[in-house]
Amino acid sequence: MKEPDSVGILVPSGMLGAGFHPDTITRGISLGADVIAVDGGSTDSGPYYLGTGTAKTTEQAVRRDLRILLAAANEAGIPLIVGSCGTGGTDAGVHWVAAIVDEICAEDGLHPTIAKIFSEQSAERLAPELARGRVHPLPPSTELDASTLTRCAHIVGMMGHEPIEQALRAGADVVLAGRATDTALAAAVPLMRGMPPGPAWHAAKIVECGGQCTTDPRAGGVFARIHHDGFTIEPLDPNAACTPASVAAHMLYETVDPFTMREPGGTIDVTDTSYTAIDDRTVLVEGSRFEPAEQYTIKLEGAAITGYETVSFTGIRDPKVLRAIDVWADLLRKTLTDRVDTVLDLRAGSWAADLRLYGHNAILGDLEPAVSPPREVGVMLLVSAGDQQTATAISKLANPLLLHLPLPTMTYLPSFAFATSPAHVDRGAAYEFVLNHVVDVDSPTELFRLEMPETRR
Amino acid sequence: MTDTAPYTLGDLATEVRSKNAGPFWLTIEAFMPDEAAYRIADALVTPELISELYRVPSASLRIFRIPDLNVVKVSLPRPVAQGSVFDRDIHAGQHHVPLATVEIRECES
Repeated sequence: MKEPDSVGILVPSGMLGAGFHPDTITRGISLGADVIAVDGGSTDSGPYYLGTGTAKTTEQAVRRDLRILLAAANEAGIPLIVGSCGTGGTDAGVHWVAAIVDEICAEDGLHPTIAKIFSEQSAERLAPELARGRVHPLPPSTELDASTLTRCAHIVGMMGHEPIEQALRAGADVVLAGRATDTALAAAVPLMRGMPPGPAWHAAKIVECGGQCTTDPRAGGVFARIHHDGFTIEPLDPNAACTPASVAAHMLYETVDPFTMREPGGTIDVTDTSYTAIDDRTVLVEGSRFEPAEQYTIKLEGAAITGYETVSFTGIRDPKVLRAIDVWADLLRKTLTDRVDTVLDLRAGSWAADLRLYGHNAILGDLEPAVSPPREVGVMLLVSAGDQQTATAISKLANPLLLHLPLPTMTYLPSFAFATSPAHVDRGAAYEFVLNHVVDVDSPTELFRLEMPETRR
Repeated sequence: MTDTAPYTLGDLATEVRSKNAGPFWLTIEAFMPDEAAYRIADALVTPELISELYRVPSASLRIFRIPDLNVVKVSLPRPVAQGSVFDRDIHAGQHHVPLATVEIRECES
């Protein structure tokens, strides 16, 4: 196939299920989109979604977005790529999105060729790689212990663009990918059609959060056109604008380093990139580089159960208690620990409680710069234990303290304001991200499994 | 600028924000409105100040000074892992406040 002069990417929103105006898609198609790419996931909402293999977004919202995108892609004859399906990008997440796509296609009479790419990894598959010294920590983490792999409820590898390109070359119209780098989704088609990697990867990074790179982050979709010397970017909402500052500033967003960003096969470098307004809402970006790495690596993400949690909540308004709120909190912690020791036969370190004083210093803790006494305080007690019954039992021991614990100077029992009855809610299993490592691979596709029907092409 | 009003970096800035940069880092940015304000932020934000405000060793910090955008950006390892029992700010969206509330005592003109 002859290489095109440019490739247009339509990104409807920062996340599948976030919603967008249908005009967004009409406008993107009319600008000559060659692909629609949308991210279905992130680690940003926490380890729960990877740990449980469930989605943050509600099914109805995902269905609504997909119905519009599938119809538009079908009509324009361009591929639709969804990455990190089901928030965590687990195999269950891919199956979940695929089932929604299948239902929409059946209802709307569409017959696209659908590829599923699975990125979930087993501890058994990775342990030999670890033993061979092919798994490396990223800062600030340390060397991986094999037992950490087996502790994970789910492990995913973040794919680059290659498995997606493989699916497209095999004739896929719709690619539903497990965990992928945010950028791989948008970079896949431009790279496949011969666009240079510097502009392709940089454009993919800029569009991945939808309207974040515009003057109105609520505006939603964006359109990028990648060509041989750079790329242009504009919002799909005609009332929003991209400015050199808004586009350049997006390299700051959720990144450690705003000038370089590692992808599986190399590093995006925007140190010498220039941003030029070509009209009042479109920016031309030139000079972005991509430095191939000596070793291709796949980043791993894993979530493990830390324990089972119960959360309790009470409110305090009495100024007498609020003036000594830290004394009260210390006394509660000590009294609860004593009660647990007396009543429950628990091994030291097998449970934990975090007492949070909302309105005082809950969010910043020791880093809190303000000192004045609060007007009211919401007290949250988060208990973690090895099983749910124990977490609930500890919370029930805390209940009378959260209701009545007096200051040491008080000769009476105050009563505080429970917000609900009961005052506690069991949260079930809680998770923590435990992997911050990469694994060396010989092939960009070896850790990923492509599943698609035989095509006619 | 009056010499009586208590004035913080957050007052001077267009925006000071924080967010996770992956589950193990947090990043803070001060967007300043112009070059003069940028120079004040640039001088204020030192490894020593950030180390003191966020109680992290200065060797683990990364500070980026971006005059083209009038931005100073600081990245540091998360004090606790995202989503762990003791994490009270899952998105690290409120961790800009210690930096934003630093008083600016001297204004260079």
